[in-house]
Amino acid sequence: MTGEATRYRAAAPDSLRAVTLDAMVALYHRASGQTHVVASPVPEILEALHPDPLTLDALLAQLSGRFDIGDADVRALEARVEELVAAGLVEAL
Amino acid sequence: MSGTLLARIMRDPSQVEALDADGWTGLIAAARAEQMVGTLGHRLDGLPMPGAVSRILADARASAAQGRTAALWEAEMARRALAKIGAPVVLLKGTAYVAAGLEAGRGRSIGDLDILVPRDAIDGVEAALLSAGWEWVKPDPYDDAYYRRWMHELPPLIHRERDRMIDVHHTVLPLTAPITPDAAALVGDSEALPNGLRILAPMDMICHAAAHLIADGDLAGGMRNLWDIHCLIGEFGTDGLEARAAHHGLRAAVLRAARLAVDVYGTEIPDAWHRRNVADTLFKRRLLARDGWGRKTRKLTEQGFYVRSHLLRMPPKMLARHLWTKWRKGYRPVG
Amino acid sequence: MRHRFDVRIGPVGFRVGSDWRGPVAQLETLYRDYPRPEDGIPDFTVRLFAARPWRRVVRPSVMISGDYTIPDAAPLPLRLGLLAAEMGMNLQMALAQRRYLLLHASAAERDGRAVLMTGVSGAGKSTLAALLMARGWRLMGDEFALIDPETGLVHAFPRLISLKNQAVAVMEHALPDGRFGPPMPDTPKGDIRHLVPDARAVETMDRPASPALILFPTFGHEAAERPVLPSESFVRLTQASTNYLALAERGYDALTRLVTTVPARAIDYPDAQTAVAQVETLWEQTA
Repeated sequence: MTGEATRYRAAAPDSLRAVTLDAMVALYHRASGQTHVVASPVPEILEALHPDPLTLDALLAQLSGRFDIGDADVRALEARVEELVAAGLVEAL
Repeated sequence: MSGTLLARIMRDPSQVEALDADGWTGLIAAARAEQMVGTLGHRLDGLPMPGAVSRILADARASAAQGRTAALWEAEMARRALAKIGAPVVLLKGTAYVAAGLEAGRGRSIGDLDILVPRDAIDGVEAALLSAGWEWVKPDPYDDAYYRRWMHELPPLIHRERDRMIDVHHTVLPLTAPITPDAAALVGDSEALPNGLRILAPMDMICHAAAHLIADGDLAGGMRNLWDIHCLIGEFGTDGLEARAAHHGLRAAVLRAARLAVDVYGTEIPDAWHRRNVADTLFKRRLLARDGWGRKTRKLTEQGFYVRSHLLRMPPKMLARHLWTKWRKGYRPVG
Repeated sequence: MRHRFDVRIGPVGFRVGSDWRGPVAQLETLYRDYPRPEDGIPDFTVRLFAARPWRRVVRPSVMISGDYTIPDAAPLPLRLGLLAAEMGMNLQMALAQRRYLLLHASAAERDGRAVLMTGVSGAGKSTLAALLMARGWRLMGDEFALIDPETGLVHAFPRLISLKNQAVAVMEHALPDGRFGPPMPDTPKGDIRHLVPDARAVETMDRPASPALILFPTFGHEAAERPVLPSESFVRLTQASTNYLALAERGYDALTRLVTTVPARAIDYPDAQTAVAQVETLWEQTA
C-alpha cells in the first residue's frame, strides 16, 4: 500500500436494525432502505468500525483480539470490507 | 377534465368537500398520471374524506417517503464515489428539493438522480462513477456521440447493483439550444449542504425549474414541474429573479412559468409580470389535458409540443439528421 | 372510456375501462357475486384500449394500461380481452400495492390459519390452491397473498383462478360443477382458462387468516420434502415480493416476523394429486 492507509467507518448503530434469522442476520439499513442478509463476522466488523474509523490493520487487530478468527488474513478482510463499502454500510474515508 | 380538477384542488384543498365518488376517482387517476399523488396526499392530509381515499393517500405518502429515502441514498452514494475528485457536485430537481427540505419536495416523486458539475470536471466524474459500479445504459455509439456532442449531459448511467440512473449535466440546457444559461455561475453560486453536496442558489433553482418546464421539455409531467415552481416562488419570493433569469437568457421562460403558476395554482408574483401572452393559453391547455381516466386528451396540441420541444433543443438540420438516424434503426416516435 | 366495470377483490378495488364491450361483459359474468369498491372509489384504474382509433374494429388489438404501466406491455388480440383485463389488474398490484406486503404466492385457509405456497411460474401454485379449494379448504388467492404489516395476518385476494395448460383439464375433472371462463387457447402463456373461486371464497374474502405454513413447491420430481431455514425463506420471499423494497421498514418488519414465526418447507412433487396429499400431511404435522 502506498501513502496513507484508507480508514473505514461503518453506519451508525441507530441507523441499523437487526433480526437474527438463524446463523444469518437480516440487517435493515434505514439510510438506504436496503436489507442485507449477512453472517458473522459482518456484524462484528460493523460494530468495530463505529464510531471511530479504523484502517484494515487496526480492524484486524481488534477483531483478532475479541474473536477467534482462524485465518486472520488482511486480504480476506479487505474483500469483506470492500463488499460493505459497495453496499454502503461502510464508507471508505 | 380531471387535470383542471387536480389544479383546482391543489390550489384550494377545501374544495374536496364537493367531490362525489367519481370526482375522487378522477382526481386520483389524474394525480397518479401527473406523478403528483404523493404531493396531493400531503396537500389533503387531515381533511375529511372517504375512508377509501384516505387509505390511498396514506399509501401515496408512504411511497413518496420511501422514494425520498432512495433518492437521498443515491445522492449519498454519488457523493462517496465523487469525494476524491474534489469538484463541486450540485444536486438538481427533486433530489435537491428533498435534500434541502424544501416544500417542493414534500411527497414529490423522484426519478433519476440529476447532478450538475463543472464542464472541466466531467471526464473525472465519468471515470469515478464507472469505477464505483455505474454502467452505460445504451452501448449504442450513435446515441453516445449524440449525447456527448449536443446534449447537456453525459449519456445516462445506471448503477449495476441499485438499478438507479444518474444524469450528469455540465449545463442545464442542451448546447444546441438557442439559449445558453451561465453554467459556471450556476455552479459558482451554488450553496453547500451539511454533507458537502450542493444545491443551486434560490433564484437559480427557480430559473432551472422554469427552463426545465418551458424550454427544455415536452411538457410531460408539466403540472408537477409547475407545482415545483409554485412552491419555490412561495418559499423564496421573486426578489432578483428577473435579473438572474435575464442573465441566463431565461427571462421569457421564467416569466411565462410564473404566469402559468399564477393561473394554475394561484402563485403570488409581482403585478408587473401579469401581462398576458396568447401562447399562455396553449401552454395551460396542454398542461391540464387529462381526463377522468387519467388519459392525455387534446392529442393535437400535444404533437405540436413534441415538435416544438425538439426544435428548441436542436437546430432543424440537426433534427432531421437525428430523426433520420433514429428511423433507419427502426425507431418510431411514441404516440 | 366506452365501457366500465368496477369490482372489489379482497381489500382492493378496481375500475376497468374498455374500448370494447366484450371484455367488460365477461368480467361482469365471472365476477357477478363480488362486491363493488368501498365508497365507490377504486384503488386502481385499468384501461384496455385500441392503439389507434381504427384498431378498435380492424384486427382489434388490446393495449393494456392504467394508473401504473410498463413501457413494453405488449398488446393482445381482442379474443384475449379477459386475459388483458386480468393482466392489467395484476400489473397495478405488482407495481403499486403499498398497503400490504405482496407475496407472489397462492394461499388457502383452514380453521383461521393459512398455508402460503410460492414458487416460480409453473411451480403449480394456482393448481394446488384450486385443488385444495376442491377439497374443502377456503381459497384465499391463487396469485397474490397480502400480508398486513400491522398485524402479520394474511388477507385474501381471490381473483379468478388462472389455470394453464394441463391444469385446465385437471380442474374440469376435479370440479365438474365449477364455473369456468371461456377457453383461451394459444395465449402468450399457453392455453388458459379461468376458474371462478367458489361461493365461500368470495363470501369470506374480507376475513384474514394467520399464516401457519410456508411452502416452496417444485414440480417434476419424486415426492420429497425438506425444512427451509428462516434465512433461505426470507431471501426467497423477498424475491417473490414485488413491493418488499417499496414498503421500506414496514416490509422488513412484516417479512422477518413471518419467517421467524412460521415454519417453511420445500416440497418436490410428481403430480398435483400427490402434492395435495403432501400439503395436507405437512399441515397435520406442522400447523
